Amino acid sequence: MPDYNLSYFYVFVFFVVGAFFVTLLLGISHLVAPRKPTLEKLRTYESGEEPVGQAWGRYPIHFYVFALLFVVFDVDFIFLVPWAAHFRDFGWTGIVEVTLFIGILVSGLIYAWKKEALRWY
Amino acid sequence: MPVGPFGLDPLIWAPLRLALAVGLALFLVLNGALAQIYLERKLQAIMQDRLGPIHVGPQGLLQTLADAIKLLAKEDVRARLTDKWFFLAAPSIVFAPMLASYAVLPFAKDFVGVDLNVGVLYLATLGSMTVLGIVIAGWASNNKYSLVGGMRSAGQLISYEVPQLLSLITVVLVSGSLSMVQITESQHDFRINLFILPLAFVTYFIAALAETNRNPFDLPEAESELVAGFLTEYSGMRWGVFFLAEYGEVTVVSAILTTLWLGGWSGPWVDSLPILGVAYFTLKTYLIVLVFMWIRATLPRFRIDQLMSFCWKSLIPVTIANILVTAVLLLAFPTTRVPVAVANWLMLGAFVVAIPLLQRRRLAGVRARLRAEAERRAIAV
Repeated sequence: MPDYNLSYFYVFVFFVVGAFFVTLLLGISHLVAPRKPTLEKLRTYESGEEPVGQAWGRYPIHFYVFALLFVVFDVDFIFLVPWAAHFRDFGWTGIVEVTLFIGILVSGLIYAWKKEALRWY
Repeated sequence: MPVGPFGLDPLIWAPLRLALAVGLALFLVLNGALAQIYLERKLQAIMQDRLGPIHVGPQGLLQTLADAIKLLAKEDVRARLTDKWFFLAAPSIVFAPMLASYAVLPFAKDFVGVDLNVGVLYLATLGSMTVLGIVIAGWASNNKYSLVGGMRSAGQLISYEVPQLLSLITVVLVSGSLSMVQITESQHDFRINLFILPLAFVTYFIAALAETNRNPFDLPEAESELVAGFLTEYSGMRWGVFFLAEYGEVTVVSAILTTLWLGGWSGPWVDSLPILGVAYFTLKTYLIVLVFMWIRATLPRFRIDQLMSFCWKSLIPVTIANILVTAVLLLAFPTTRVPVAVANWLMLGAFVVAIPLLQRRRLAGVRARLRAEAERRAIAV
């Protein structure tokens, strides 16, 4: 078993190799692929129509609501992990506490549900 | 002086091992993608009474390779209005975490890149990084289809991430560890988690389908409405990298399912012949990949509102309930796992029975509301 820092160095190397490999593939493609840009080719694709305006604009608020809910439950997961790995040591106290914690979050979910925030238009 | 494996100096062995691990992971991603694409096309063809690829190589075996070469040699078009650096970075941001996931997959005993003591958490983190790349790709393309596709994917991925992560918790509860190796070892002698936690297996499986953009959750690529979603502006090898990452991701989630629920490398005679573990692991992983493909050929695509409500109103409550029930039963019966298994099978049965019933009730409600509205409108006219 390699020590703590070394094991994360391994992970780092995997990341670097992944990014480098993509660069390598695109580099090869850059070398062998033809390049004949025309104005039509470089135009943003809009099913053959002339593109109207920029795409960087507003989009529905629903995404934001779901993202907010996601953050709540993602943090929930982070807090549950250490408890799950050692829940036998915490015993019933741990279960009660986690139930309370999850209960608060679930009441938030129920609130969002009742407010129809989970409905997609 | 300490001596590493094969009589090598540890100072030489450590970097060598790292290089081997990374090289093997890359090899697996590339070959896995080639094999999977061929397998998928052939299987789809058989299921749809077609022939599939037959012309390039024997039985069309070299078709995918030919496609890959074609992608490499294709002109790389980047539209004028794209945000250059983010557009270029997006494929790497999707690909690198996927490759890094291979670091902790235990292929066999002592045959794992690095046995992190937080393996499950690490995999969960990497799984969520894909969303980042997809949002960046959708935004940087400066294309309306891409933006809508990217946002939809983000919405789908972050929603299904919650049940996916919460399903992992139950396995951690039963195995008592976050390390992939220890989780595998806790399932020796066929005491695999699938028998104990079938409900978590099913919820993770559904969430994994959504997480890898596979049918019936392949909304981001709903070509009839969004052209190609966040991939619309990507062509040539850039598109190929996204595709590679997607197939790599399918293998990763299948491998996670294998490790956490199917006992990973464990199987008969594996103790006397450790190399058999690799065969078992690959076999189990590809069994799940085949189920993925089978589902693709069978089911139609969900609608976005169905997708979101299924996740938030069915999957998440079920997974949360599963965690609490499992924890309580494990603590109440510290020596045996039978109560947990029984409860889980019962809950799975209830889940399978209740979902269509609830759906029918909901649909009846929607129809009644629509009818009432139509009547009101008729009166008003």
